[in-house]
Amino acid sequence: MVLAAGPKRTEPSRMSRQLPPQQKTPIRLTDTVVEVKSKFEAEYRRFGLKRNGSGGFQEFYRLLQTIHHIHGVDVLLGYADIHGDLLPINNDENFYKAVSSANPLLRIIITKREDEPVVYGTNSLQRRKKGLGLTGLRTTGSGTIHSKSKSGLMIGPPQNFRQISSIIDVDILPETHRRVRLHKHGTKKPLGFYIRDGVSVRVTPQGVEKVPGVFISRLVRGGLAESTGLLAVNDEILEVNGIDVAGKSLDQVTDMMVANSHNLIVTVKPANQRNNVVHRESKNFMGNSGSVGSAGSTGSVLSHESPSPASQSNPITASSSIAEGDSEDEDDDGDIILENDCPTAYNPHLVTKRNSVKLNGESSCSGPHPSAVGRPLPQSMSLPSSIGASLGYSSNTMSGHNGSLASSSQDSMKDDGTELTL
Amino acid sequence: MKRFRRHGHESQRDRLKQELYQFSKTVEHGFPHQPSALGYSPSLQLLAIGTRSGAIKLYGTPGVEFMGLHDENAAVTQVHFMPHQADMVTLLDDNSLHMWTLRRHKGLSELLEIGRFMLMGPPGAPPSVTRVTAVLPHSSGELLLLGTEGGHVFVVEVPGFRELEERNISLDQVSNSVPVDYIGRRNLEHVEALQENPTNPSQVVIGYGRGLMVIWDLENQCAIQHIPATQQLESMWWTEDGSYILSSHSDGSYCRWRVGGQEETEEEEEKEKSDIPYGHFPCKAITKIVQLPTEEGPPFLLFSGGMPRASYGDRHCITVIHSKTHVALDFTSRIIDFFVIRDGLEQTGDPSVLLVLVEEELVVIDLQTEGWPVIQTPYLVPLHSSAITCSQHVSAIPLKLWERIIAVGELQKTHYSKKPWPITGGQNLGPDPPQRDLLLTGHEDGTVRFWDASGVCLYPLYKLSTAAVFHTDADPNDNLNQSAEGEWPPFRKVGCFDPYSDDPRLGIQKIHLCKYSGYLTVAGTAGQILVLELNDEAAEQTVEAKVVDLLQGQEGFRWKGHTQLDVREEPVLFPPGFQPFTLVQCQPPAVVTALNLHSEWKLVAFGTSHGFGLYDYQQKNNVLIKCTLNPSDQLALEGPLSRVKSIKKSLRQSFRRIRRSRVSLRKHHVTNSSKLQEANARLEAELAEMELAPVQRKIEARSSDDSFTGLVRTLYFADTFLSDSSHNTPSLWAGTNGGCVFAYMLRVPAVEHRADEPVTAQPAKEIQLMHRAPVVGVVVLDGHGAPLPEPLEVAHDLARSPDMQGSHHLVVISEEQFKVFTLPKVSSKMKLKLTAVDGSRVRRVGVAWFGSNCKEDYSESGLIFLTNQGDVHVVSLPHVKMQVQYPCIRREDVSGIASCVFTKHGQGFYLISPSEFERFSLSTRFVVEPRCLVEVPLHLDSSNPHRAEPGGATSAHRTTQHSEDAESAARCVMEHALLNDEKVLQEIQKSLEGDQTSFLENNVKHAVA
Repeated sequence: MVLAAGPKRTEPSRMSRQLPPQQKTPIRLTDTVVEVKSKFEAEYRRFGLKRNGSGGFQEFYRLLQTIHHIHGVDVLLGYADIHGDLLPINNDENFYKAVSSANPLLRIIITKREDEPVVYGTNSLQRRKKGLGLTGLRTTGSGTIHSKSKSGLMIGPPQNFRQISSIIDVDILPETHRRVRLHKHGTKKPLGFYIRDGVSVRVTPQGVEKVPGVFISRLVRGGLAESTGLLAVNDEILEVNGIDVAGKSLDQVTDMMVANSHNLIVTVKPANQRNNVVHRESKNFMGNSGSVGSAGSTGSVLSHESPSPASQSNPITASSSIAEGDSEDEDDDGDIILENDCPTAYNPHLVTKRNSVKLNGESSCSGPHPSAVGRPLPQSMSLPSSIGASLGYSSNTMSGHNGSLASSSQDSMKDDGTELTL
Repeated sequence: MKRFRRHGHESQRDRLKQELYQFSKTVEHGFPHQPSALGYSPSLQLLAIGTRSGAIKLYGTPGVEFMGLHDENAAVTQVHFMPHQADMVTLLDDNSLHMWTLRRHKGLSELLEIGRFMLMGPPGAPPSVTRVTAVLPHSSGELLLLGTEGGHVFVVEVPGFRELEERNISLDQVSNSVPVDYIGRRNLEHVEALQENPTNPSQVVIGYGRGLMVIWDLENQCAIQHIPATQQLESMWWTEDGSYILSSHSDGSYCRWRVGGQEETEEEEEKEKSDIPYGHFPCKAITKIVQLPTEEGPPFLLFSGGMPRASYGDRHCITVIHSKTHVALDFTSRIIDFFVIRDGLEQTGDPSVLLVLVEEELVVIDLQTEGWPVIQTPYLVPLHSSAITCSQHVSAIPLKLWERIIAVGELQKTHYSKKPWPITGGQNLGPDPPQRDLLLTGHEDGTVRFWDASGVCLYPLYKLSTAAVFHTDADPNDNLNQSAEGEWPPFRKVGCFDPYSDDPRLGIQKIHLCKYSGYLTVAGTAGQILVLELNDEAAEQTVEAKVVDLLQGQEGFRWKGHTQLDVREEPVLFPPGFQPFTLVQCQPPAVVTALNLHSEWKLVAFGTSHGFGLYDYQQKNNVLIKCTLNPSDQLALEGPLSRVKSIKKSLRQSFRRIRRSRVSLRKHHVTNSSKLQEANARLEAELAEMELAPVQRKIEARSSDDSFTGLVRTLYFADTFLSDSSHNTPSLWAGTNGGCVFAYMLRVPAVEHRADEPVTAQPAKEIQLMHRAPVVGVVVLDGHGAPLPEPLEVAHDLARSPDMQGSHHLVVISEEQFKVFTLPKVSSKMKLKLTAVDGSRVRRVGVAWFGSNCKEDYSESGLIFLTNQGDVHVVSLPHVKMQVQYPCIRREDVSGIASCVFTKHGQGFYLISPSEFERFSLSTRFVVEPRCLVEVPLHLDSSNPHRAEPGGATSAHRTTQHSEDAESAARCVMEHALLNDEKVLQEIQKSLEGDQTSFLENNVKHAVA
């Protein structure tokens, strides 16, 4: 466990949860205890930390919050390593590294997380999924200088890169096709491509046949599509989010793509067939993605001929953490609902025939709606019950259109975070 | 486990779907677009109109309508009924002839194409030899005389279309007999006209383009008389007694020629009368001339055209001269054709009605009433007399309101003739409409027309004009009948087609009628909203105007569109009918894009591209104004005509048009090649076109700063649970183009305090759809999942009161998705994605009620919607599941899609042309379609004895067939005869009927084939 060693100003009440009264703790030997000096804004704290304690990063994080009295403030941790570089601490691994490399003092720099872009990566700990915007420092020794120099290089763990695209379903698609997923997420970048009508040549038993097709006609410079390097001009679009575009008009395909723009999956037949996926080959090209590169779906070759430098600087991390199914439903349910409940303005004259009868018995013809039953105050409506309600409701009454069943429960869950009160 | 259960449920559901939904296009209302030919059958009393798109429409007594379409997409140039038969011949632009017949099937008549024919000249002959220019159905009903561009007359036997080569009248035969002095001067040119002698069926007159007319004896194959007119011939008319032929000419003259004079007499004597009626200065051609006798007194002379070229060359006139009355009827558009209906069963009496088909309307003039007034047509009414800008359908009108509307409408129709509708062919066997339905159309000139849409005929009931409220540029003294004394020609304007709007700002954009209270609200192009009340008396009143600033102090906007309309300050006299009593004017005066009226709460909600407002029309003040404008949205601010955009758009459109015309030209040239080749060529052309001009589409997620996000698309009143689940309150819902829904809680004072306590509105909810697609509809469902009834519907005992015990649901319909939310706490419950799945978008949506055709008591509510692909769908409520989908409108027909309105009972209307509504039905219960029967009058059989005679043995059989048309009866008999191997009988007939056998033989062959 973590041991805090004699901080100079301690608040026992705050520490009580994790720490025994520290005043009585004798100072340990230096080889088992690391001296920690942490800085948050202008304040310093000093304390001791057991070098090979089993406590992980999260515990350390909480400890620092306690010590600095900054509960509830989202912060980023960094430490100065022996070279004076400022390195992040955001998981167990680099926490242990930091502790073990303390020589003898471990300098911790705590910065408030400000104006960070919203990040999606998944982590068991929800609060820690955001990116780390630390700037590398060329410090001369003390490592306590923290500046946001713009020229600095961004350093961060792989999970803090934003996934913008991925190649999926390599195992089930023919080699000549490519299924690309574009993640719009919170980026400001436009999707940035144009499509056009064209003629596609198909080989059929009757010979070569010309059929109308839809093609990418232009990529916008700096747009998401261009920056992936996975789509190119004259690539034929075969499917949009799993739906065949054959026989659909250009406008229809346009509307489908726009409607799916939150999570657009296009299956293309690249005009340039030289870079096609060859299964189980050349994983080397995924160099940038380092640790994550999940098998199966990542054996793709980035078009290294691509003139766009962006494709190099935005490695594809192909983490298949999001299952296709749920993201499909999740994609556009972020409807923002502002409720301004004014319970006073209620006119008794206009209430027509409202009885205080239980609903369950009467509404049998159209299925039960238990979500509103026995809940006098809708403002305090508890969410789980509404999920249960809609689930039960839909399974009873739906006549078999796929997809929506799952989505309804998703909807309810998503609404948890979006309710705002004016 | 669940899957199994659902499977059973599904098949049950499928069966139910078949009981509930069925799609059919039932009838076309209005006036056919681009009519090109007119025909009339005096015996059947049917009127036929052919159009430039190859459609053929038959009309009889109101409710009797038939429609046919030629496979060729060519214009119909001539329509002729075969005398005394239910057959009809059409000539198309591509020189093909088609035979149509009305055949009885399951107790109803249907229009069928039974044959087609193309004249084949001798090998190597130029196409002009067989290019048909004149068609004469011979009164025997067996022959068709076809005059061609080459000057020949071909004789064809019908209905089998067998060429009778031996009877053809070639140009050589005719010119051989023409006096040398005539032929020496000119060649005869094409056959311009063919007429039969009314008194002698064996004589026909052939009129050649150069002016020569030849009376030809069909029996003896020789010319009887030559009439050597010297002017280019336009038309001929053989007077009823057979003694004169009238010819009209391209110089605006007409001549009368005596028939049967001596061959040797001088020309000058024959030419009894020649006249250029509007003479002196050069005149335009007289294209058709008709002279009809009266029992006592002088005949009627009618002709079209002949106007002085320089001064009135642009008028479309028909001159009617009877005794001392001489009127030049001045029509609103080009004259296609006209005919006169005469009194008597045999149509041989006095002329009674003149029926004129002009390009944009059908005008019927009563020739027997003083002043020759116009007869109101019960169908073929031009919907587009001013362009239609919007429409609303109101189902099941209460009888009282219906009668009042009819009564005020009658007052507007006093100038019409009282004569009953003269075309009475056929019987309408359709059931009486189950309810009274109104279709309201808003027009560009600020009028709202009320149509009886209950049945097959869309009949005009009443016309409301809103222009009187405003000062317009129109000169009030601009009288229609301003014909000055002694004016020559004596013009009289007829017809109602008037596409020129005084002021485009008057255009009606939205209409909402409350059928229970008789309150109507209409909103227009310049942000004007009028609330009107039905009043049976004329009233003089001032309309109070209230200006509403929708910008709400937003800075930095400059409205570059039109100014608001100028309201008349002084009291205005309003005729009986809907009379405006209050006016709201939006500022900026943008087009009103959403409108709703709640007559119970006496509130009107309106929205434009800038915001929306709520107006209390009892207290005449504003309750709420909300600006929905996005500050970055420049387009919305500048007005409706963003120049950049429209130029780009129009350029694109014109390019597309050019391309399309090229393709169609190409298509035209390959008509002779085989079908496969043609298809290939077309595809080739289309592909080539694609390669030449790639059209690009940008793929971009919608963002909040797209243009017109603040445009209000829908407004909805609901009494529901907005704040808590125990108290329902009145509420107003508004949906915008940017995917935003605003909900306001309203406080409406009790009835006794309604006049003095204020109505208040408080913002309650705001939903921003993540996908940001325009919200096109908002519906609240009650506890049973049924849509809330209309205001006052429950009070009038016409609807079950909604289930108000909580658990209401909100359905938000965006162009891309249907989403169901719970109420009062808005949380998403289920949804149906449309665009993400098939790329189509919702264009029009309505709530409809569907009844099962098997179980009388089973019914469902659903959402009926039309997509930008032109498909109609039904989505179930409350589960938003897709039920059915039918293709309805071509996806290229943008105006058709935009014009679509749905009824509450699963029917719909959309414009197939500016002047025609197509009616369709998705319901199995409510189908309005023509069901009619046309019978060939029995007495005609005596005039064609050979038709009825054969097969005396089967007379019983025959009498049942009599009720059908004679032709098919004859054929039936013939078939019957053949089947019974009654060759003997035919032999007897042959010997009996002499020269008519050839016909019979042919007919038999035809029947076998």
